[in-house]
Amino acid sequence: MAEQMLAADGRPLKASLNRALRRQKLRALALIAPLLLFILISFVMPIADMLFRSVENEIVSNTLPRTVVALEEWDADTGEAPSEEVFSALYTDMTLAAEYKTHTRLGSRLNYESTGISSLFRKSGRRVGRFDTDIYTDAFTAGDPAYGDPARWANWMDDGAIRTQLPKTASAYDDWARMIVEVEGDDPLEEEPWDFVFTALYEDANAGGVLPIAVDLSGVEPVSLRAQFSDVDDDWLDVDVWQTIKLYAPEYTSGYFLNSVDLMKTPEGVEARPENEQIYITLFIRTLIMSLSIMGMCVLLGYPIAWLLANLPDRTANLLMILVLLPFWTSLLVRTSAWKVLLQQQGVINDVLVWIGLVSDGNRLELINNQTGTIIAMTHILLPFMILPLYSVMKTIPPSYLRAAKSLGATNWTAFWRVYFPQSVPGIGAGCILVFILAIGYYITPELVGGTKGVFISNRIAYHISSSLNWGLAAALGTILLAVVLILYWVYDRIVGIDNVKLGG
Amino acid sequence: MKITMKLLATSCLTLTGAMAHADGHMANEMTIVSWGGAYSNSQQKAYHDPYMEKTGVNIINDESSAEAVAKLRAMNEAGNVTWDVVDVVAADALRLCDEGLAMEIDPDTMLAAAPDGTPASEDFGELLVGDCFIPQIVYSTTVGYRTDLVGDNPPTEICAMFDTETYPGKRSLEKRPIVNMEWALLCDGVAKEDVYDVLETEEGQAQALAKLDTIKDDVIWWSAGADTPQLLADGEVVMGSTYNGRLFALIEEQKQPVAMLWDAQMFDLDGWIIPTGLSPERQARALDYIMFATDTQRLADQAKYISYGPARASSAPLVGKHAELGIEMAPHMPTDPENAKNTFLYNYEFWADYRDDLDAKFQAWLSQ
Amino acid sequence: MSALPPYATTGQRIWHYSFRVICGLIFFFLIAPILVIIPLSFNAEDFFTFTPEMLSFDPEGYSTKHYEDFFTNSDWQLALRNSLKIAPVATLLSVSLGTLAAIGLSQSHVPFRRAIMAILISPMIVPLIISATGMYFFYSNPYIPLPFGWTIELPFTLTGTYIGVVLAHAALGIPFVIITVTATLVGFDQSLTRAAANMGAGPVTTFFRVQMPLILPGVVSGGLFAFITSFDEVVVVLFVGSAGQKTLPWQMFTGLREQISPTILAVATILITLSVILLFVVEILRRRSERLRGITPS
Repeated sequence: MAEQMLAADGRPLKASLNRALRRQKLRALALIAPLLLFILISFVMPIADMLFRSVENEIVSNTLPRTVVALEEWDADTGEAPSEEVFSALYTDMTLAAEYKTHTRLGSRLNYESTGISSLFRKSGRRVGRFDTDIYTDAFTAGDPAYGDPARWANWMDDGAIRTQLPKTASAYDDWARMIVEVEGDDPLEEEPWDFVFTALYEDANAGGVLPIAVDLSGVEPVSLRAQFSDVDDDWLDVDVWQTIKLYAPEYTSGYFLNSVDLMKTPEGVEARPENEQIYITLFIRTLIMSLSIMGMCVLLGYPIAWLLANLPDRTANLLMILVLLPFWTSLLVRTSAWKVLLQQQGVINDVLVWIGLVSDGNRLELINNQTGTIIAMTHILLPFMILPLYSVMKTIPPSYLRAAKSLGATNWTAFWRVYFPQSVPGIGAGCILVFILAIGYYITPELVGGTKGVFISNRIAYHISSSLNWGLAAALGTILLAVVLILYWVYDRIVGIDNVKLGG
Repeated sequence: MKITMKLLATSCLTLTGAMAHADGHMANEMTIVSWGGAYSNSQQKAYHDPYMEKTGVNIINDESSAEAVAKLRAMNEAGNVTWDVVDVVAADALRLCDEGLAMEIDPDTMLAAAPDGTPASEDFGELLVGDCFIPQIVYSTTVGYRTDLVGDNPPTEICAMFDTETYPGKRSLEKRPIVNMEWALLCDGVAKEDVYDVLETEEGQAQALAKLDTIKDDVIWWSAGADTPQLLADGEVVMGSTYNGRLFALIEEQKQPVAMLWDAQMFDLDGWIIPTGLSPERQARALDYIMFATDTQRLADQAKYISYGPARASSAPLVGKHAELGIEMAPHMPTDPENAKNTFLYNYEFWADYRDDLDAKFQAWLSQ
Repeated sequence: MSALPPYATTGQRIWHYSFRVICGLIFFFLIAPILVIIPLSFNAEDFFTFTPEMLSFDPEGYSTKHYEDFFTNSDWQLALRNSLKIAPVATLLSVSLGTLAAIGLSQSHVPFRRAIMAILISPMIVPLIISATGMYFFYSNPYIPLPFGWTIELPFTLTGTYIGVVLAHAALGIPFVIITVTATLVGFDQSLTRAAANMGAGPVTTFFRVQMPLILPGVVSGGLFAFITSFDEVVVVLFVGSAGQKTLPWQMFTGLREQISPTILAVATILITLSVILLFVVEILRRRSERLRGITPS
């Protein structure tokens, strides 16, 4: 190119075109941006936030921070419950947690992994305030009344040198003071520290820490916190309980995901759950198979209708289209209840069959509260989603092709199968993936007509969200479901392109 | 690190101003959460209407009791509690109390004494389970059967549920282990007082499921309280479990050919809690409402509209006739001596611990 | 298809008619539940059951009491009012944002077009229970988290508020608007806007005077889909909303759960009647727009 082409304003044409293109791009983006932001904030972020719960597990280390650290040393293989030191950490943590009422929440969290921990924590939370550790408090205050003075305590705990001498006390005192303010609404400058702070002080002193005011502790009979806890419940000496705590101590866990594929974490590694607790793999497979059946039914019923609509004159087709859209616009709940009325054993369909004589009165068909019920009701609900894309694809196939095939000697069947059908495949693909994706996430219809065998994985998700409150497991199941849907969505986009979905007209 | 965007915040503030009004934080509005249906209706007539008339407070009903624990947890996480008083079953109240989501109640200072001066703690007696629960009614999960489908041999005991030979046809049971596993063990020869001990063991759980296995093909599992009445009315099932109040409505109000089988009815309690985290004014108003709505007369009034037993001993003699049907309510109460010959007390502690575990097993069993 | 040629063989005739019968049966399948709902809504009893009186067409078996219940019961009236307050605003939001974005997307040379489209369609794709719980927790936060631990603080939370439900419903309706409007824009002749610009019209004038009238049917049908999405949505509103925002589907859901009453069927019948009217309106609009665009119906 010897000479550059110039635009009217004298700039090089290429640059000018580029600029125009850039401006066009920016304008397009500016038009899209508000919606994109809206969807990101109101929809995509909430879902990401929810899915994060499937791995998040901060509750153990937040509720029992000292215990988790002390437990690192403990080796489960010894077959022995942890040492006094761990129990002393547990004592401080548990007292604080009981005040904040977080111990029961942790208890129910760990109860998902090992039955019985929930009541163990609840019991211990109630009793932990009445442990025999008050003898330490008495010993210190008897040794020097300054130990009963809140102001003196505050002074000591401000002193860096004392804090380094008494590390456990300092940490226990800090948490105690925070708790006094946050839970009790009192002033730590006016409250005498609680027994667990004195327990920490005693332990620090025993470990060689220098007390701010020397007290003779030789006459104090040490209290075994291990014995105190095992007094509340023998389960505290159970190695399994401690293993569970240790196993779920990290801030992130794969436990929920393992659970959602019927596995579990054990100290020996990942193992299958006992057979009588395996449900999720079955449910996932069932959800897939049933969604496929529903999709198949939709193709079978949707194809003739779409063909009829595409080949009728527009006016008639549009009127018939109302029949397709009408159920689509009728409340899902109402349609599902209507199917109950139709399908049950004393329902309309069975009544008609008995009346015709096809079925004897004693042998009425079971059409509901099983997979049949779910498939019928959901096929009905999703059929418009199959018909609409099929119809819009079929509209674009010129009828002259079929006529041409026939005039060249093809039979009706050959003309349809070799000429028409291949051209309608994109419509089938579009409809199938749409129906499948929507079916896989359904929850209300299977709940109402599916009985026990006709429910989907979404029903379990809903159950864990609102009844069992195992939100982590619900999130893990949801993440897996969402991953399956997104893969299908991607495939759909590859095959058909998302902008090729058409809804009516 | 947090960046506060003043601009956004101020523009939103104007919105909140408007929203606050729409959302019932107005000084004179309170949101009361309950179960909906006939039950909410009875509360509306017995408690809400008179209270609104007395104080001028406007009460908004929310029918979310089924999701109360989940929602209160989320509200607590967000630090924005929009409910003032919540109706929950005792098991949920215990859970909420444990988690610090419900306020602790001192019955003698916060609840009205009986007309004869008996303090509330004695009047409610052992129904005051947990520290936060304010009992309102005693209800039971019990069984109703179609009188026209059982022939001349109406069932008299719970084990008819498991007897498909004498009583052929479908039966409906709740889609969860609670109640069903207990009944299964009772009908498998386990003594009533041993049921929960047996259920604690792996073998006991297997035994209960094995018993349920014998009728598995004949069971329609329900999850909504309205299901069994509908199934009975349609003749879809020959017998089914549900709450006794539903059966009362079915039999007495709808005149369906159904009768009650009170044997081994499972007692449970339902009542109020006040969420924690309310502002002092809202808390005071909630307490005022509770003081009003759980007094002897109010509890007896509720029984005019629904056949659940009032939780106060002092209310029992005041229970009269149904407000619309004009029939005596006492014989329809689960606590009536005639009905309560053989009752079963639901063990909250046990289910709190074993709920997740048994539910997983039960669901796995169902899907096999 | 429309007519059988005179030279058709017997086999072709049989096939022609049996195909019509099959299609007729499928149409029957499609509207069967509706045919059940309408008579049951006039049931004199409080159950979803065809009573013997109804089957023998005894007037005793029928009553309009469920309609009366709907019009007099304050819960249903509140639900109706809420639905009418929420759905139009959510629709307006999704239609206005959605149409703008669809116009942006339909221009040539949009960077990341596929990815953007994928995100915008996602509310239709993600299982509702996941969306509902996600929005529930997220809207409970009094702040919007940003990357790197930044947050935008809000002076309120969105769960249990009118705005929260409207936002959630708008998000759910957006895919429908995007899909229908982009589909309409595919057939839109871009030279028309250029012609308008040539004659001195500004972008706003061009939009409202040239583009809008032509894509209006797409916008309207997208809007109707968005409206129905909000109007028929129960899972999300159950989670995000509170009693103050209880909508018709919410009321139906608690109705089905707590106390089965054919009032639900009466409401459904009213809604079906409204949908039929709406569908006819759309059909008339469509025909009008085809006339406008100069496409004569075949």
